[in-house]
Amino acid sequence: MTAYEPVIGLEIHVQLDTRTKMFCGCELSFNDPPNIHTCPTCLGLPGALPVVNERAIHFGIMIGLALGCEIAERSLFHRKNYFYPDLPKGYQISQYDVPLCLGGRLGDVRIHRVHLEEDAAKLNHLGASGRIHGSDRSWVDFNRGGTPLVEIVTEPDIRSPEQAREWLILLRTTLRQLGVSDVDMSQGSLRCDANVSIRRTGTSELGTKTELKNMNSFAYLERGVKAEIERQRRLLETGEEVEQETLHYDPATDSLTPLRSKEEAHDYRYFPEPDLVPLVVGEEMLAAARADMPAELPAERAERFERELGLHADTARLFAFRAELGDYFERALGAAGSQGNGGLEPAELSNWIPPLVERIGSDADPSSSNVTPESLATLATMVKAREVSRDAAREVLTLLVKEGGDPRAIVEREGLGAITGEDDGLAEIVDRAIASDPAAAEKVRDGNMKAIGPLVGYVMRETKGRADGGEITRLIRDRLQG
Amino acid sequence: MSELIDLTAAQAAERIRAGEISATELFEAYRERAAADELNAFTWVAEAAPESNGNASKPLGGVPVAVKDLFCTEGVPSQSGSKILEGYRPPYTATVVAKLDGAGAPLLGKTNQDEFAMGSSNENSAFGPVLNPWDRTRVPGGSSGGSAAAVAAGSAPWAIGTDTGGSIRQPAALCGIVGLKPTYGACSRYGMIAFASSLDQAGPLTRDVTDAALMFRHMIGRDQLDSTSLEYPGEIAPPSSEDLKGIRLGVPEDLTGAEGGIEPGVRENFEATLALAEQLGASIEPCRLPHAPHALSAYYLIAPAEASANLARFDGVRYGLRVDGDQDLVTMYSRTRERGFGPEVKRRIMLGTYALSSGYYDAYYGTAQKVRTKIAEDFRAAFERFDFIAIPTSPCTAFELGAKLDDPLAMYLNDFLAVPMSLAGIPAISIPSGLSDGLPVGFQLAGPAFSESRLLDAAHALERAIQFDGGRPMTDGGGNAT
Repeated sequence: MTAYEPVIGLEIHVQLDTRTKMFCGCELSFNDPPNIHTCPTCLGLPGALPVVNERAIHFGIMIGLALGCEIAERSLFHRKNYFYPDLPKGYQISQYDVPLCLGGRLGDVRIHRVHLEEDAAKLNHLGASGRIHGSDRSWVDFNRGGTPLVEIVTEPDIRSPEQAREWLILLRTTLRQLGVSDVDMSQGSLRCDANVSIRRTGTSELGTKTELKNMNSFAYLERGVKAEIERQRRLLETGEEVEQETLHYDPATDSLTPLRSKEEAHDYRYFPEPDLVPLVVGEEMLAAARADMPAELPAERAERFERELGLHADTARLFAFRAELGDYFERALGAAGSQGNGGLEPAELSNWIPPLVERIGSDADPSSSNVTPESLATLATMVKAREVSRDAAREVLTLLVKEGGDPRAIVEREGLGAITGEDDGLAEIVDRAIASDPAAAEKVRDGNMKAIGPLVGYVMRETKGRADGGEITRLIRDRLQG
Repeated sequence: MSELIDLTAAQAAERIRAGEISATELFEAYRERAAADELNAFTWVAEAAPESNGNASKPLGGVPVAVKDLFCTEGVPSQSGSKILEGYRPPYTATVVAKLDGAGAPLLGKTNQDEFAMGSSNENSAFGPVLNPWDRTRVPGGSSGGSAAAVAAGSAPWAIGTDTGGSIRQPAALCGIVGLKPTYGACSRYGMIAFASSLDQAGPLTRDVTDAALMFRHMIGRDQLDSTSLEYPGEIAPPSSEDLKGIRLGVPEDLTGAEGGIEPGVRENFEATLALAEQLGASIEPCRLPHAPHALSAYYLIAPAEASANLARFDGVRYGLRVDGDQDLVTMYSRTRERGFGPEVKRRIMLGTYALSSGYYDAYYGTAQKVRTKIAEDFRAAFERFDFIAIPTSPCTAFELGAKLDDPLAMYLNDFLAVPMSLAGIPAISIPSGLSDGLPVGFQLAGPAFSESRLLDAAHALERAIQFDGGRPMTDGGGNAT
């Protein structure tokens, strides 16, 4: 079987969280009665003209800065012409060959461009089909029409569906931290299309790409891209060709159906929007955007976690991309410091976040759980000081999640304190373990350390996990080899 | 009654402010004439004078204004001469109309025009052609033909129109009145149903230069709703010059050659007017505008291209005509636009769509924009040596109805001498300079951007010397038909 490598690029639309629309003064809204936030401009009435929303430009520049783009001193709005009932002017005002931001990078994916445009209105179809064809009646809600949008286009640097998902989460966290958007995929304030092609591993030529739409969750993005890679692989393996087309992803069936093929591809007849003057970004606007930038963006935070705190790369990314985890971790780290942490390494502390997340539900914010950062720091410090074994500490954590409180008190109450080598009880259990499995003991005595497992296991069982595994190993070895 | 009609707008405003005549009386006098109009100049006439609203103390004294159909007027039909907007009553008023109203010039009526301002004869109106008050077998020019005819016939004291490629100046010339096309950006376009956004400008059509200056003074200024509008530098004072001492007039030989098709009678009158200017102290020399002969070609790519997008909003979805599409969206679109647009509008939409098509953009639209830049440079260079450019407004006098309907190119040539200024965005004024075979001839002066004050002053001096008598159509061409 030939090995194929996927080549994936993303096109992301982000609704900006401005007070008003992109080209008029109508308020942005959600779930309001239809067509109440409208005016001559966003309804495309004859004679009405667009005026650029300064706040949207400001947000656009902030996004460009966050993604390391070059901000164009002068960019242009264009008209993108096509007919559809959700497009009241018959053209969308967008940016074309001179966009606001060019180049850039987020994490390991290069950014091609970032530009500003306006959102279409919302079409609703009554009738069985749920689409415009064959519907009994369709109606348009112009509340959404003209919402400021930023389109972010990546270079085709993504190589797997999982990477696509993870990168999109990074982008969401970044945008959320900038405070420029709700970035909620289920509500459509973050929308992602994917351009997918595959090629023989080792070649550099790009294959024919398809464009995937309607993946309105992170999971669907991953599944949709995976399904498309599979579909393309099957085509190529049976000697067929991939056709350049736009595909609609159906999450219910994991299937991809063509939206339109290239034969009916639009000629959008882009030309510079004569109702607007060129968008000039001066030093003042740049300075204002810089002043509103957060101190540290997720990609920078991941790097700091990894470089300065010595966290594992995956953990560093997890904490940075899910800011609530990173925030919780940093609070616990601070608490450990002020508790006199007994040499607790940040990486050791970080290892306690995933078990906590596992216990509170993977999407929950640990800050709103019963476990305070202080108590997690205490617990980790206790483990480090061997006051409690790792296994026992997990039990304590379970109890903390359930009832909160102070880990020391719980250890005390439940009698979960560590049994150490100085403890006669532990020495006695070690003896019992050796007696219970003479064959294993013999092998260890002969230097076969692989045989030590059952003996350690025996002691762990007997101490209900309160003794430290390393400590037990050391005791057994001392007894048998010493 | 007839005494009231004999007053220019400025004179009438003066008398009202002095308490010698009443604004309501004046409005009523014009309202009656407009309602009885037999030239088909009006598409709507106010039913009554506005309630007393303090106009008498305002700068324009309550002197009513006739407004070209394409200006949106709240609750009043604004159809841009098109069947597709038949009966359309906008929910808002164009900035320029609101400004004039605020200055004391209430709406008298809406005037007929070529559909979407596309035409030079006013024969392209869905509401029938307008007749020239000097000779009812002839056209009034276009596209602001209704405004020009109404003012010339004395059924309106003054009017506003729009000029995209001569649409104020040419009908003013053919009807023997004054027409000013301002600098692009001097007046807000908000609420003007767009033809070609980068060229459209509102301007006055008046009986004399003083009226034009008075009206223009109250039309100008930056509008927050139009990004292309500009703060007007300086004031527009009432014109007072009585001579042209020190004024250098350039006559562009590139436009006065055989290509422009200037009729002998027009040429004769033009020469005579130049001689008069010389007597008034002006110096007259030939000047070069080497790219100006290409203006018409460039114009007929740029204007239709912009129009093809501007007119996309007329799709039957939200307002205006809708022709049922038997449950099919595209059928609804095409039937609506097939029935709603006239042949000239369709021709230009097709031209423009073609010019913007992928693969042709650079050759047509791109090249046209380059030519446009060259023409603007030509004018800039010329204005280093000359104060104004002098040229006939139209190569011909009013032609017979139907004479050029079957030959669009012959029709387009009417604008050969007016289009270069439009492409350069500079102001130009047409004043009546005499008769040729009993029909008015227009003399055009063009100046650098924002030179309207000087331009009006020079036009005023010439006007005094010419002593054109525009009285005849007011007695036998207006409402009281022979």
